[in-house]
Amino acid sequence: MKLMQLQRTMARAVMQPLTSSERMQRRAPDGGPMKRYASRFIKPNDRLTSFERLEIYNRQYWFRILAALSEDFPGLHAVLGERRFDAMAKAYLIANPSRSFTLRNLGARLESWLRKNPKWAGANQNLALEIVRLEWADIEAFDGKAEPALRPEDLLSAAGPRLKLTIQPYVRLLSFLYPVDDLLLEVRKEDDDTDFASNAFTEHRKRKRVRAVRKLKPAEIFLAVHRIDNSVYFRRLGLEEFSILTALRQGKTLGAAVESAFSKSKVAPEERPLKVQTWFQTWATLGWFCRPEKKRAAG
Amino acid sequence: MSANRFNGFTDLGIGIGLRAPHYNHILTRKPVVDWFEIISENFMIGGGRALHILDQILEQYKVVQHGVSMYFGSAEKLNREHLRRLKELVQRTKTPWLSDHLCWGSVDGRYTHDLLPMPYTFEAARITSEKVREVQDFLEIPVAVENVSSYAEYHDSEMTEWEFLNEVVERADCGILLDVNNIYVSSQNHSFNPFDYVNSVPAHRVAQIHIAGHSKYRKYILDTHDHPVIDPVWKLYERAIQRAGHTATLLEWDDSIPSFQEVHGEALKANKFLRSTVLAEAV
Repeated sequence: MKLMQLQRTMARAVMQPLTSSERMQRRAPDGGPMKRYASRFIKPNDRLTSFERLEIYNRQYWFRILAALSEDFPGLHAVLGERRFDAMAKAYLIANPSRSFTLRNLGARLESWLRKNPKWAGANQNLALEIVRLEWADIEAFDGKAEPALRPEDLLSAAGPRLKLTIQPYVRLLSFLYPVDDLLLEVRKEDDDTDFASNAFTEHRKRKRVRAVRKLKPAEIFLAVHRIDNSVYFRRLGLEEFSILTALRQGKTLGAAVESAFSKSKVAPEERPLKVQTWFQTWATLGWFCRPEKKRAAG
Repeated sequence: MSANRFNGFTDLGIGIGLRAPHYNHILTRKPVVDWFEIISENFMIGGGRALHILDQILEQYKVVQHGVSMYFGSAEKLNREHLRRLKELVQRTKTPWLSDHLCWGSVDGRYTHDLLPMPYTFEAARITSEKVREVQDFLEIPVAVENVSSYAEYHDSEMTEWEFLNEVVERADCGILLDVNNIYVSSQNHSFNPFDYVNSVPAHRVAQIHIAGHSKYRKYILDTHDHPVIDPVWKLYERAIQRAGHTATLLEWDDSIPSFQEVHGEALKANKFLRSTVLAEAV
Protein backbone atom coordinates (compact mmCIF):
# COMPACT_ATOMS: atom_id res chain seq x y z
CA MET A 1 0.00 0.00 0.00
CA LYS A 2 1.32 3.46 -0.86
CA LEU A 3 2.05 5.72 2.12
CA MET A 4 -0.79 8.15 1.40
CA GLN A 5 -3.29 5.34 0.95
CA LEU A 6 -2.16 3.65 4.15
CA GLN A 7 -2.46 6.87 6.12
CA ARG A 8 -5.91 7.62 4.73
CA THR A 9 -7.03 4.10 5.56
CA MET A 10 -5.74 4.31 9.11
CA ALA A 11 -6.97 7.87 9.72
CA ARG A 12 -10.50 6.94 8.64
CA ALA A 13 -10.54 4.22 11.29
CA VAL A 14 -8.84 6.29 13.99
CA MET A 15 -11.24 9.20 13.49
CA GLN A 16 -14.37 7.04 13.33
CA PRO A 17 -16.56 7.65 16.41
CA LEU A 18 -16.44 5.20 19.31
CA THR A 19 -19.43 3.14 20.44
CA SER A 20 -21.49 4.26 23.44
CA SER A 21 -19.29 2.06 25.63
CA GLU A 22 -16.21 3.88 24.26
CA ARG A 23 -14.93 0.99 22.19
CA MET A 24 -14.04 0.84 18.49
CA GLN A 25 -17.00 0.19 16.21
CA ARG A 26 -17.44 -3.29 14.77
CA ARG A 27 -18.27 -1.77 11.40
CA ALA A 28 -15.44 -0.19 9.41
CA PRO A 29 -15.62 3.11 7.48
CA ASP A 30 -16.01 1.09 4.24
CA GLY A 31 -19.12 -0.65 5.62
CA GLY A 32 -17.45 -4.03 6.10
CA PRO A 33 -16.36 -5.62 9.37
CA MET A 34 -13.72 -3.61 11.23
CA LYS A 35 -11.83 -6.83 12.05
CA ARG A 36 -11.21 -7.40 8.36
CA TYR A 37 -10.46 -3.71 7.72
CA ALA A 38 -7.85 -3.60 10.51
CA SER A 39 -6.22 -6.88 9.54
CA ARG A 40 -5.59 -5.57 6.01
CA PHE A 41 -2.86 -3.23 7.26
CA ILE A 42 -2.20 -3.85 10.99
CA LYS A 43 -0.26 -6.89 12.15
CA PRO A 44 -1.59 -8.80 15.14
CA ASN A 45 0.81 -9.97 17.86
CA ASP A 46 0.70 -12.71 20.47
CA ARG A 47 -1.45 -10.58 22.81
CA LEU A 48 -3.52 -8.28 20.62
CA THR A 49 -5.48 -8.68 17.40
CA SER A 50 -5.19 -6.16 14.58
CA PHE A 51 -8.56 -4.78 15.72
CA GLU A 52 -7.35 -4.32 19.30
CA ARG A 53 -4.14 -2.60 18.25
CA LEU A 54 -6.01 -0.17 16.00
CA GLU A 55 -8.55 0.41 18.76
CA ILE A 56 -5.84 1.84 21.06
CA TYR A 57 -5.34 4.71 18.58
CA ASN A 58 -9.06 5.11 17.92
CA ARG A 59 -9.79 5.53 21.65
CA GLN A 60 -6.80 7.82 22.25
CA TYR A 61 -7.94 10.10 19.44
CA TRP A 62 -11.44 10.56 20.83
CA PHE A 63 -10.38 10.82 24.47
CA ARG A 64 -7.86 13.51 23.57
CA ILE A 65 -10.06 15.76 21.41
CA LEU A 66 -13.14 15.43 23.61
CA ALA A 67 -11.11 16.35 26.68
CA ALA A 68 -9.61 19.35 24.87
CA LEU A 69 -13.03 20.66 23.78
CA SER A 70 -14.51 20.14 27.22
CA GLU A 71 -11.62 22.00 28.84
CA ASP A 72 -12.07 24.97 26.50
CA PHE A 73 -15.86 25.27 26.95
CA PRO A 74 -16.79 24.73 30.61
CA GLY A 75 -19.58 27.30 30.28
CA LEU A 76 -21.21 25.49 27.37
CA HIS A 77 -20.77 22.27 29.32
CA ALA A 78 -22.73 23.80 32.22
CA VAL A 79 -25.46 25.15 29.94
CA LEU A 80 -26.00 21.87 28.09
CA GLY A 81 -25.29 19.46 30.94
CA GLU A 82 -22.91 16.52 30.81
CA ARG A 83 -24.84 14.14 28.58
CA ARG A 84 -25.96 16.69 26.00
CA PHE A 85 -22.52 18.33 25.91
CA ASP A 86 -20.85 14.97 25.22
CA ALA A 87 -23.27 14.17 22.39
CA MET A 88 -22.90 17.67 20.94
CA ALA A 89 -19.09 17.53 21.16
CA LYS A 90 -18.94 14.20 19.31
CA ALA A 91 -21.27 15.46 16.58
CA TYR A 92 -19.26 18.68 16.23
CA LEU A 93 -15.92 16.90 16.02
CA ILE A 94 -17.23 14.40 13.47
CA ALA A 95 -18.37 17.30 11.29
CA ASN A 96 -15.33 19.46 12.07
CA PRO A 97 -12.18 17.40 12.53
CA SER A 98 -9.18 19.49 13.54
CA ARG A 99 -7.59 21.35 10.65
CA SER A 100 -4.96 23.08 12.72
CA PHE A 101 -1.62 21.92 14.08
CA THR A 102 -2.75 23.06 17.51
CA LEU A 103 -5.66 21.84 19.65
CA ARG A 104 -6.13 25.46 20.68
CA ASN A 105 -8.18 25.99 17.51
CA LEU A 106 -10.44 22.98 17.98
CA GLY A 107 -13.46 25.09 18.94
CA ALA A 108 -13.01 27.77 16.29
CA ARG A 109 -16.07 26.66 14.31
CA LEU A 110 -18.24 25.63 17.24
CA GLU A 111 -20.48 28.70 17.29
CA SER A 112 -21.23 28.64 13.56
CA TRP A 113 -21.78 24.88 13.61
CA LEU A 114 -24.09 25.07 16.62
CA ARG A 115 -26.05 27.86 14.92
CA LYS A 116 -26.60 25.62 11.89
CA ASN A 117 -27.32 22.56 14.02
CA PRO A 118 -29.55 23.86 16.83
CA LYS A 119 -30.87 20.45 17.81
CA TRP A 120 -27.61 19.75 19.68
CA ALA A 121 -28.22 22.69 22.01
CA GLY A 122 -31.74 21.56 22.95
CA ALA A 123 -33.96 23.99 24.82
CA ASN A 124 -31.05 26.24 25.75
CA GLN A 125 -30.07 27.16 22.21
CA ASN A 126 -29.86 30.95 22.65
CA LEU A 127 -27.92 30.72 25.87
CA ALA A 128 -25.64 28.05 24.40
CA LEU A 129 -24.81 30.21 21.39
CA GLU A 130 -24.10 33.18 23.60
CA ILE A 131 -21.79 31.38 25.97
CA VAL A 132 -19.88 29.59 23.23
CA ARG A 133 -19.23 32.97 21.63
CA LEU A 134 -17.94 34.35 24.90
CA GLU A 135 -15.72 31.32 25.55
CA TRP A 136 -14.16 31.51 22.10
CA ALA A 137 -13.55 35.25 22.60
CA ASP A 138 -11.90 34.39 25.90
CA ILE A 139 -9.49 32.00 24.12
CA GLU A 140 -8.67 34.63 21.52
CA ALA A 141 -8.18 37.35 24.12
CA PHE A 142 -5.94 35.10 26.21
CA ASP A 143 -3.25 34.54 23.60
CA GLY A 144 -4.09 36.97 20.81
CA LYS A 145 -1.46 39.29 19.42
CA ALA A 146 -0.70 42.54 21.25
CA GLU A 147 0.77 45.44 19.28
CA PRO A 148 2.77 48.17 21.06
CA ALA A 149 0.24 50.34 22.90
CA LEU A 150 -0.54 53.92 21.99
CA ARG A 151 1.28 56.57 24.09
CA PRO A 152 0.08 60.14 24.68
CA GLU A 153 2.97 61.53 22.60
CA ASP A 154 1.82 59.47 19.62
CA LEU A 155 -1.21 61.74 19.39
CA LEU A 156 0.57 65.10 19.54
CA SER A 157 0.53 65.74 15.82
CA ALA A 158 -2.33 63.47 14.88
CA ALA A 159 -5.24 64.20 17.24
CA GLY A 160 -8.48 65.39 15.70
CA PRO A 161 -11.72 64.08 14.25
CA ARG A 162 -9.97 62.51 11.23
CA LEU A 163 -7.73 60.40 13.43
CA LYS A 164 -8.00 56.66 12.94
CA LEU A 165 -7.22 54.48 15.94
CA THR A 166 -6.60 50.76 15.73
CA ILE A 167 -7.84 48.52 18.51
CA GLN A 168 -5.56 45.76 19.82
CA PRO A 169 -6.14 42.45 18.02
CA TYR A 170 -6.67 40.63 21.32
CA VAL A 171 -9.59 42.88 22.38
CA ARG A 172 -12.91 41.27 21.39
CA LEU A 173 -16.10 43.36 21.27
CA LEU A 174 -19.33 41.44 21.68
CA SER A 175 -23.00 41.98 22.46
CA PHE A 176 -25.19 39.45 24.29
CA LEU A 177 -28.82 39.02 25.28
CA TYR A 178 -28.05 37.33 28.59
CA PRO A 179 -25.49 38.13 31.32
CA VAL A 180 -23.25 35.28 30.16
CA ASP A 181 -20.18 36.98 31.60
CA ASP A 182 -21.52 36.54 35.13
CA LEU A 183 -22.61 33.00 34.35
CA LEU A 184 -19.21 31.97 33.02
CA LEU A 185 -17.40 33.48 35.99
CA GLU A 186 -19.66 31.55 38.34
CA VAL A 187 -19.15 28.28 36.47
CA ARG A 188 -15.40 28.74 36.67
CA LYS A 189 -15.59 29.52 40.36
CA GLU A 190 -17.61 26.35 40.91
CA ASP A 191 -15.00 24.37 38.96
CA ASP A 192 -12.21 25.90 41.06
CA ASP A 193 -14.08 25.00 44.24
CA THR A 194 -14.69 21.39 43.17
CA ASP A 195 -11.81 20.28 45.36
CA PHE A 196 -13.84 21.38 48.36
CA ALA A 197 -17.23 20.10 47.28
CA SER A 198 -18.53 16.96 45.70
CA ASN A 199 -18.86 16.91 41.91
CA ALA A 200 -22.56 16.15 42.15
CA PHE A 201 -23.16 19.16 44.39
CA THR A 202 -21.17 21.44 42.09
CA GLU A 203 -23.08 20.20 39.02
CA HIS A 204 -26.36 20.78 40.81
CA ARG A 205 -25.42 24.38 41.64
CA LYS A 206 -24.29 25.04 38.06
CA ARG A 207 -27.54 23.66 36.61
CA LYS A 208 -29.53 25.80 39.03
CA ARG A 209 -27.63 28.91 37.95
CA VAL A 210 -28.11 28.10 34.26
CA ARG A 211 -31.86 27.71 34.80
CA ALA A 212 -31.99 31.05 36.59
CA VAL A 213 -30.16 32.84 33.76
CA ARG A 214 -32.35 31.19 31.13
CA LYS A 215 -35.44 32.52 32.85
CA LEU A 216 -34.17 36.11 32.65
CA LYS A 217 -35.83 38.43 30.17
CA PRO A 218 -33.35 38.99 27.31
CA ALA A 219 -31.67 42.40 27.73
CA GLU A 220 -28.75 43.42 25.59
CA ILE A 221 -25.36 43.77 27.24
CA PHE A 222 -22.13 44.91 25.63
CA LEU A 223 -18.77 43.48 26.51
CA ALA A 224 -15.09 43.95 25.81
CA VAL A 225 -13.14 40.75 26.40
CA HIS A 226 -9.57 41.90 26.99
CA ARG A 227 -6.54 41.18 29.08
CA ILE A 228 -4.52 42.96 31.73
CA ASP A 229 -1.20 41.54 32.91
CA ASN A 230 -1.92 38.41 30.87
CA SER A 231 -5.22 37.64 32.58
CA VAL A 232 -8.50 37.87 30.67
CA TYR A 233 -11.24 40.17 31.94
CA PHE A 234 -14.79 40.89 30.83
CA ARG A 235 -15.59 44.62 30.87
CA ARG A 236 -19.19 45.75 30.51
CA LEU A 237 -19.64 48.69 28.15
CA GLY A 238 -22.45 51.16 27.55
CA LEU A 239 -24.14 51.16 24.14
CA GLU A 240 -22.33 54.32 23.02
CA GLU A 241 -18.94 53.03 24.18
CA PHE A 242 -19.51 49.78 22.34
CA SER A 243 -20.60 51.62 19.20
CA ILE A 244 -17.52 53.85 19.17
CA LEU A 245 -15.13 50.95 19.64
CA THR A 246 -16.89 48.83 17.02
CA ALA A 247 -16.78 51.69 14.53
CA LEU A 248 -13.06 52.25 15.20
CA ARG A 249 -12.42 48.57 14.65
CA GLN A 250 -14.25 48.85 11.33
CA GLY A 251 -11.77 51.55 10.30
CA LYS A 252 -13.92 54.64 10.80
CA THR A 253 -12.33 57.91 11.84
CA LEU A 254 -12.62 59.10 15.41
CA GLY A 255 -15.11 61.79 14.40
CA ALA A 256 -17.32 59.42 12.43
CA ALA A 257 -17.22 56.81 15.20
CA VAL A 258 -18.34 59.30 17.87
CA GLU A 259 -20.99 60.83 15.63
CA SER A 260 -22.57 57.50 14.74
CA ALA A 261 -22.46 56.30 18.35
CA PHE A 262 -24.55 59.23 19.54
CA SER A 263 -26.94 59.41 16.57
CA LYS A 264 -29.77 57.75 18.51
CA SER A 265 -28.35 58.20 21.98
CA LYS A 266 -30.32 59.31 25.01
CA VAL A 267 -27.23 60.88 26.53
CA ALA A 268 -27.73 64.64 26.74
CA PRO A 269 -25.57 66.53 24.20
CA GLU A 270 -23.88 68.62 26.88
CA GLU A 271 -22.73 65.46 28.72
CA ARG A 272 -21.22 63.80 25.69
CA PRO A 273 -17.79 65.49 25.47
CA LEU A 274 -16.89 64.65 29.04
CA LYS A 275 -18.10 61.06 28.66
CA VAL A 276 -16.13 60.55 25.46
CA GLN A 277 -13.02 62.01 27.06
CA THR A 278 -13.35 59.71 30.10
CA TRP A 279 -13.92 56.63 27.94
CA PHE A 280 -10.90 57.30 25.77
CA GLN A 281 -8.75 57.87 28.83
CA THR A 282 -9.86 54.52 30.24
CA TRP A 283 -9.36 52.63 27.00
CA ALA A 284 -5.93 54.16 26.50
CA THR A 285 -4.95 53.30 30.08
CA LEU A 286 -6.05 49.72 29.45
CA GLY A 287 -3.77 49.67 26.40
CA TRP A 288 -6.58 48.95 23.95
CA PHE A 289 -5.22 51.20 21.18
CA CYS A 290 -2.27 50.25 19.02
CA ARG A 291 0.57 52.65 18.39
CA PRO A 292 0.43 53.86 14.75
CA GLU A 293 2.81 51.87 12.56
CA LYS A 294 4.94 54.91 11.67
CA LYS A 295 5.45 55.66 15.37
CA ARG A 296 6.30 52.00 16.02
CA ALA A 297 9.04 52.08 13.44
CA ALA A 298 10.42 55.28 15.01
CA GLY A 299 10.24 53.68 18.49
CA MET B 1 31.54 13.50 22.21
CA SER B 2 28.00 14.75 22.85
CA ALA B 3 28.51 18.27 21.54
CA ASN B 4 27.99 17.67 17.85
CA ARG B 5 26.66 19.38 14.75
CA PHE B 6 23.21 17.93 15.42
CA ASN B 7 22.81 19.81 18.70
CA GLY B 8 24.59 22.99 17.68
CA PHE B 9 27.82 21.87 19.39
CA THR B 10 26.28 22.32 22.83
CA ASP B 11 26.64 20.19 25.94
CA LEU B 12 23.65 21.23 27.98
CA GLY B 13 23.45 18.57 30.71
CA ILE B 14 20.16 17.54 32.34
CA GLY B 15 16.94 19.37 31.66
CA ILE B 16 13.23 19.03 32.32
CA GLY B 17 10.14 19.95 30.37
CA LEU B 18 8.81 23.45 31.10
CA ARG B 19 5.26 22.87 32.34
CA ALA B 20 2.62 25.35 33.56
CA PRO B 21 2.27 23.96 37.14
CA HIS B 22 5.95 24.81 37.71
CA TYR B 23 5.96 28.36 36.29
CA ASN B 24 5.52 30.05 39.63
CA HIS B 25 8.20 27.99 41.36
CA ILE B 26 10.71 28.60 38.58
CA LEU B 27 10.12 32.33 38.36
CA THR B 28 10.08 32.98 42.11
CA ARG B 29 12.69 30.48 43.37
CA LYS B 30 14.93 30.51 40.29
CA PRO B 31 16.17 26.94 40.79
CA VAL B 32 19.42 25.84 39.18
CA VAL B 33 18.42 23.83 36.11
CA ASP B 34 20.72 23.13 33.16
CA TRP B 35 18.01 23.73 30.59
CA PHE B 36 14.30 23.53 29.82
CA GLU B 37 12.57 21.89 26.91
CA ILE B 38 9.40 23.61 25.66
CA ILE B 39 6.63 22.21 23.50
CA SER B 40 6.86 24.54 20.52
CA GLU B 41 3.15 24.49 19.71
CA ASN B 42 2.27 25.90 23.15
CA PHE B 43 4.17 29.06 22.31
CA MET B 44 3.32 29.48 18.61
CA ILE B 45 0.71 32.10 19.51
CA GLY B 46 0.24 35.83 19.09
CA GLY B 47 0.85 36.94 22.67
CA GLY B 48 -0.33 36.64 26.24
CA ARG B 49 0.81 34.83 29.35
CA ALA B 50 2.64 31.89 27.80
CA LEU B 51 4.96 34.10 25.76
CA HIS B 52 5.43 36.47 28.69
CA ILE B 53 6.54 33.55 30.89
CA LEU B 54 8.75 32.21 28.12
CA ASP B 55 10.53 35.55 27.78
CA GLN B 56 11.24 35.58 31.52
CA ILE B 57 12.54 32.01 31.36
CA LEU B 58 14.74 32.88 28.38
CA GLU B 59 16.40 35.65 30.40
CA GLN B 60 17.74 33.08 32.84
CA TYR B 61 17.76 29.63 31.28
CA LYS B 62 18.69 27.79 28.12
CA VAL B 63 15.64 26.57 26.22
CA VAL B 64 15.36 23.89 23.56
CA GLN B 65 12.28 23.48 21.38
CA HIS B 66 10.48 20.19 20.96
CA GLY B 67 7.50 19.86 18.62
CA VAL B 68 4.55 17.50 18.51
CA SER B 69 2.82 18.22 15.21
CA MET B 70 5.32 18.66 12.39
CA TYR B 71 4.51 15.11 11.29
CA PHE B 72 7.62 14.50 9.19
CA GLY B 73 6.13 11.16 8.17
CA SER B 74 2.77 12.40 6.86
CA ALA B 75 2.49 11.85 3.13
CA GLU B 76 1.00 15.31 2.61
CA LYS B 77 3.06 18.48 2.19
CA LEU B 78 4.36 20.45 5.16
CA ASN B 79 2.05 23.11 6.59
CA ARG B 80 3.67 26.42 5.59
CA GLU B 81 1.80 28.42 8.23
CA HIS B 82 3.11 26.02 10.87
CA LEU B 83 6.65 26.46 9.59
CA ARG B 84 6.39 30.24 9.49
CA ARG B 85 5.18 30.44 13.08
CA LEU B 86 7.79 27.92 14.17
CA LYS B 87 10.54 30.03 12.66
CA GLU B 88 9.29 33.09 14.56
CA LEU B 89 9.57 31.09 17.77
CA VAL B 90 13.02 29.76 16.84
CA GLN B 91 14.18 33.34 16.42
CA ARG B 92 12.74 34.20 19.82
CA THR B 93 14.19 31.25 21.77
CA LYS B 94 17.45 30.88 19.84
CA THR B 95 17.11 27.16 20.38
CA PRO B 96 20.39 25.45 19.42
CA TRP B 97 18.48 22.61 17.78
CA LEU B 98 14.88 21.60 17.32
CA SER B 99 13.24 18.20 17.58
CA ASP B 100 10.00 16.57 16.51
CA HIS B 101 8.77 13.02 16.10
CA LEU B 102 9.41 10.36 13.52
CA CYS B 103 5.73 9.73 12.95
CA TRP B 104 2.71 10.92 11.05
CA GLY B 105 -0.55 12.40 12.35
CA SER B 106 -2.31 14.36 9.64
CA VAL B 107 -3.82 13.45 6.31
CA ASP B 108 -5.73 15.59 3.78
CA GLY B 109 -5.38 18.57 6.12
CA ARG B 110 -7.05 16.81 9.06
CA TYR B 111 -5.08 16.45 12.28
CA THR B 112 -5.32 13.53 14.70
CA HIS B 113 -3.09 15.23 17.30
CA ASP B 114 -1.49 11.86 17.90
CA LEU B 115 1.94 10.41 17.12
CA LEU B 116 0.95 7.64 14.72
CA PRO B 117 3.53 4.97 13.83
CA MET B 118 5.23 4.87 10.46
CA PRO B 119 5.24 1.91 8.12
CA TYR B 120 8.95 1.04 7.90
CA THR B 121 9.19 1.18 4.13
CA PHE B 122 11.72 2.73 1.75
CA GLU B 123 9.01 4.94 0.26
CA ALA B 124 8.15 6.29 3.74
CA ALA B 125 11.85 6.82 4.53
CA ARG B 126 12.30 8.82 1.32
CA ILE B 127 9.24 11.03 1.89
CA THR B 128 10.07 11.57 5.56
CA SER B 129 13.72 12.42 5.00
CA GLU B 130 12.83 14.91 2.25
CA LYS B 131 10.53 16.70 4.67
CA VAL B 132 13.14 16.74 7.43
CA ARG B 133 15.59 18.34 4.98
CA GLU B 134 12.97 20.90 3.95
CA VAL B 135 12.37 21.85 7.60
CA GLN B 136 16.10 22.11 8.32
CA ASP B 137 16.61 24.32 5.28
CA PHE B 138 13.70 26.58 6.20
CA LEU B 139 14.52 26.94 9.89
CA GLU B 140 18.28 27.10 9.42
CA ILE B 141 19.00 25.14 12.60
CA PRO B 142 19.79 21.44 13.21
CA VAL B 143 16.75 19.15 13.43
CA ALA B 144 16.63 15.94 15.45
CA VAL B 145 13.94 13.29 14.94
CA GLU B 146 12.58 11.37 17.90
CA ASN B 147 11.57 7.70 17.87
CA VAL B 148 7.98 7.29 19.16
CA SER B 149 6.25 4.69 21.32
CA SER B 150 3.96 2.55 19.23
CA TYR B 151 1.14 0.09 19.76
CA ALA B 152 0.74 -1.21 16.21
CA GLU B 153 2.89 -2.50 13.35
CA TYR B 154 2.06 -2.67 9.67
CA HIS B 155 2.14 -5.59 7.24
CA ASP B 156 3.83 -3.26 4.76
CA SER B 157 7.00 -2.73 6.83
CA GLU B 158 10.17 -3.76 5.02
CA MET B 159 12.64 -3.26 7.89
CA THR B 160 12.87 -2.89 11.67
CA GLU B 161 12.09 0.38 13.37
CA TRP B 162 15.75 1.09 14.07
CA GLU B 163 16.71 0.33 10.48
CA PHE B 164 14.02 2.78 9.41
CA LEU B 165 15.31 5.43 11.80
CA ASN B 166 18.82 4.97 10.45
CA GLU B 167 17.58 5.14 6.87
CA VAL B 168 15.76 8.42 7.53
CA VAL B 169 18.54 10.19 9.44
CA GLU B 170 21.20 9.16 6.92
CA ARG B 171 19.10 10.35 3.99
CA ALA B 172 18.14 13.60 5.77
CA ASP B 173 21.55 14.06 7.38
CA CYS B 174 19.85 15.03 10.61
CA GLY B 175 20.20 14.30 14.31
CA ILE B 176 18.39 11.86 16.58
CA LEU B 177 16.47 12.56 19.75
CA LEU B 178 16.77 9.11 21.23
CA ASP B 179 13.88 8.38 23.57
CA VAL B 180 14.94 5.34 25.57
CA ASN B 181 11.56 5.07 27.28
CA ASN B 182 9.87 4.91 23.87
CA ILE B 183 12.30 2.18 22.83
CA TYR B 184 11.41 0.24 25.97
CA VAL B 185 7.65 0.71 25.49
CA SER B 186 7.78 -0.38 21.84
CA SER B 187 10.07 -3.32 22.64
CA GLN B 188 7.49 -4.62 25.11
CA ASN B 189 4.60 -4.01 22.72
CA HIS B 190 6.33 -5.60 19.73
CA SER B 191 8.57 -8.17 21.45
CA PHE B 192 12.05 -7.10 20.38
CA ASN B 193 15.25 -6.67 22.37
CA PRO B 194 15.54 -2.94 23.18
CA PHE B 195 19.33 -3.20 23.34
CA ASP B 196 19.38 -4.23 19.67
CA TYR B 197 17.74 -0.87 18.98
CA VAL B 198 20.09 1.19 21.17
CA ASN B 199 23.15 -0.62 19.82
CA SER B 200 22.20 0.02 16.21
CA VAL B 201 21.64 3.77 16.40
CA PRO B 202 24.40 5.88 14.81
CA ALA B 203 25.79 7.31 18.08
CA HIS B 204 27.43 10.29 16.42
CA ARG B 205 23.99 11.58 15.38
CA VAL B 206 22.44 11.54 18.86
CA ALA B 207 21.69 15.16 19.71
CA GLN B 208 19.60 14.54 22.80
CA ILE B 209 18.10 11.75 24.93
CA HIS B 210 14.60 11.57 26.44
CA ILE B 211 13.77 9.61 29.56
CA ALA B 212 10.25 9.19 30.98
CA GLY B 213 7.84 6.93 32.82
CA HIS B 214 4.95 4.95 31.36
CA SER B 215 1.86 2.92 32.33
CA LYS B 216 1.63 -0.84 32.14
CA TYR B 217 -1.63 -2.48 31.14
CA ARG B 218 -2.43 -6.17 30.94
CA LYS B 219 -1.60 -6.60 27.26
CA TYR B 220 0.44 -3.54 26.37
CA ILE B 221 2.34 -0.54 27.72
CA LEU B 222 1.21 3.03 27.13
CA ASP B 223 3.60 5.97 26.96
CA THR B 224 1.91 8.24 29.50
CA HIS B 225 4.77 10.35 30.96
CA ASP B 226 3.14 10.20 34.38
CA HIS B 227 5.50 8.05 36.44
CA PRO B 228 9.16 7.95 37.48
CA VAL B 229 11.63 6.25 35.15
CA ILE B 230 11.82 2.49 35.74
CA ASP B 231 15.09 0.54 36.11
CA PRO B 232 15.01 -1.20 32.69
CA VAL B 233 14.75 2.25 31.07
CA TRP B 234 17.70 3.53 33.13
CA LYS B 235 19.68 0.53 31.88
CA LEU B 236 18.88 1.48 28.28
CA TYR B 237 19.87 5.05 29.10
CA GLU B 238 23.16 3.83 30.53
CA ARG B 239 23.87 1.91 27.33
CA ALA B 240 22.84 4.85 25.16
CA ILE B 241 25.27 7.24 26.83
CA GLN B 242 28.02 4.63 26.83
CA ARG B 243 27.71 4.82 23.07
CA ALA B 244 26.82 8.49 22.54
CA GLY B 245 28.74 10.07 25.41
CA HIS B 246 27.70 12.87 27.76
CA THR B 247 24.48 13.78 25.96
CA ALA B 248 21.85 16.44 26.72
CA THR B 249 19.20 14.54 28.66
CA LEU B 250 15.60 15.51 29.27
CA LEU B 251 13.00 14.01 31.59
CA GLU B 252 9.43 14.20 30.28
CA TRP B 253 6.62 14.36 32.85
CA ASP B 254 3.36 15.53 31.30
CA ASP B 255 0.51 14.08 33.31
CA SER B 256 -0.20 13.93 37.06
CA ILE B 257 2.72 16.35 37.32
CA PRO B 258 4.28 16.34 40.80
CA SER B 259 6.22 19.18 42.42
CA PHE B 260 9.10 20.84 40.62
CA GLN B 261 11.56 19.32 43.11
CA GLU B 262 10.25 15.81 42.48
CA VAL B 263 10.46 16.13 38.70
CA HIS B 264 13.89 17.73 38.81
CA GLY B 265 15.11 15.17 41.36
CA GLU B 266 14.01 12.34 39.08
CA ALA B 267 15.84 13.91 36.14
CA LEU B 268 19.02 14.39 38.14
CA LYS B 269 19.25 10.63 38.67
CA ALA B 270 20.73 10.65 35.18
CA ASN B 271 23.84 12.23 36.70
CA LYS B 272 24.88 8.86 38.08
CA PHE B 273 25.28 7.57 34.53
CA LEU B 274 26.55 10.77 32.96
CA ARG B 275 29.42 11.04 35.48
CA SER B 276 30.67 7.63 34.44
CA THR B 277 30.89 8.79 30.82
CA VAL B 278 32.95 11.80 31.90
CA LEU B 279 35.36 9.46 33.69
CA ALA B 280 35.47 7.07 30.74
CA GLU B 281 36.20 9.92 28.34
CA ALA B 282 38.92 11.27 30.64
CA VAL B 283 40.75 7.93 30.93
